[in-house]
Amino acid sequence: MDAIRQENSVDELVIAGRRFMSRLLVGTGKYRDMAETKAAIEASGAEIVTAALRRVDLSAVHDVKLHDVIDPKKYTYLPNTAGCYTAEEAVRTLRLARELGGWSLVKLEVIGDRKSLFPDVPETLKAAELLVKDGFDVMVYTVDDPKICKELETRGCCAIMPLAAPIGSGLGITNPRTIRTIVEQSSVPVFVDAGVGTPSDAVIAMELGCDGVLMNTAIAEAGNPVLMARAMRLAVEAGRMAYLAGRMPKRADASPSSPTRGLIT
Amino acid sequence: MGTQQRSITLNGEQRSTSAANVADLVQQLELDIRQIAIEHNRIILARPSYEKTPLRDGDAVEIVSFIGGG
Repeated sequence: MDAIRQENSVDELVIAGRRFMSRLLVGTGKYRDMAETKAAIEASGAEIVTAALRRVDLSAVHDVKLHDVIDPKKYTYLPNTAGCYTAEEAVRTLRLARELGGWSLVKLEVIGDRKSLFPDVPETLKAAELLVKDGFDVMVYTVDDPKICKELETRGCCAIMPLAAPIGSGLGITNPRTIRTIVEQSSVPVFVDAGVGTPSDAVIAMELGCDGVLMNTAIAEAGNPVLMARAMRLAVEAGRMAYLAGRMPKRADASPSSPTRGLIT
Repeated sequence: MGTQQRSITLNGEQRSTSAANVADLVQQLELDIRQIAIEHNRIILARPSYEKTPLRDGDAVEIVSFIGGG
């Protein structure tokens, strides 16, 4: 047990020089209310939470806000660009976010298609370049295409976040081989962002060598989001430990687990 | 000066306000300054410049904050 704890204490996640213990990043959308948001995010053990920037509802200025339940001093807010369809919109949104809280670590996503929510890759590349030049540390949502992922890394993104399946679909890791290829080629952290539906998906992502997993719907739309948040926390930890431990080789035939010597004959 | 009404576009909606500058507007709307960011005619304002940014007829103001999202 001590060995495991020791192993864990040095197994930090480093993103653009910032250090984290949790490899589960969570979204803050789709919860029933702020109380559930708070409880689920606490149960997930996440240290990084994504949030969206929207017009203030001027008819409800005194309602409980995300800031009131998720303390920006305790959690690292990762402003996203959800809903942006052009590089220009994404850059505008993140500049506003930086003005709001001083955050330079951001999640870039430029959506290309309303139905699939697949990214617009040319606009994503353009936005990434502009943001990096402007001093942002850009964690980028993209397609699971190794060439594009490499291109984004070359342009200075601090984390590559390929989708495993469409946003909110819960379909799991649809192309494990390409995720593995992206992990192998990257010298910045890689996160599966989008597609995880259940803890076994998160375990697979981590066993493939991903540095972490970002999810929202899989927790928020679970029957019991707080319990699912705990399950996801454990899944990410289990998958990470399994990756570090190194799995046994697969064999075509059985191999007895008990010694064959000394059998009573 | 303070009672003069100006017609501005606030978060996409037409609105009449007596606020002379952006700081006045924030105060009238009872917003927590730490939880918002503001664009005035497409230019992002740093908080210290709210007071120095006068409101005029036809100005467009966007006030944003964080909400839950993935």
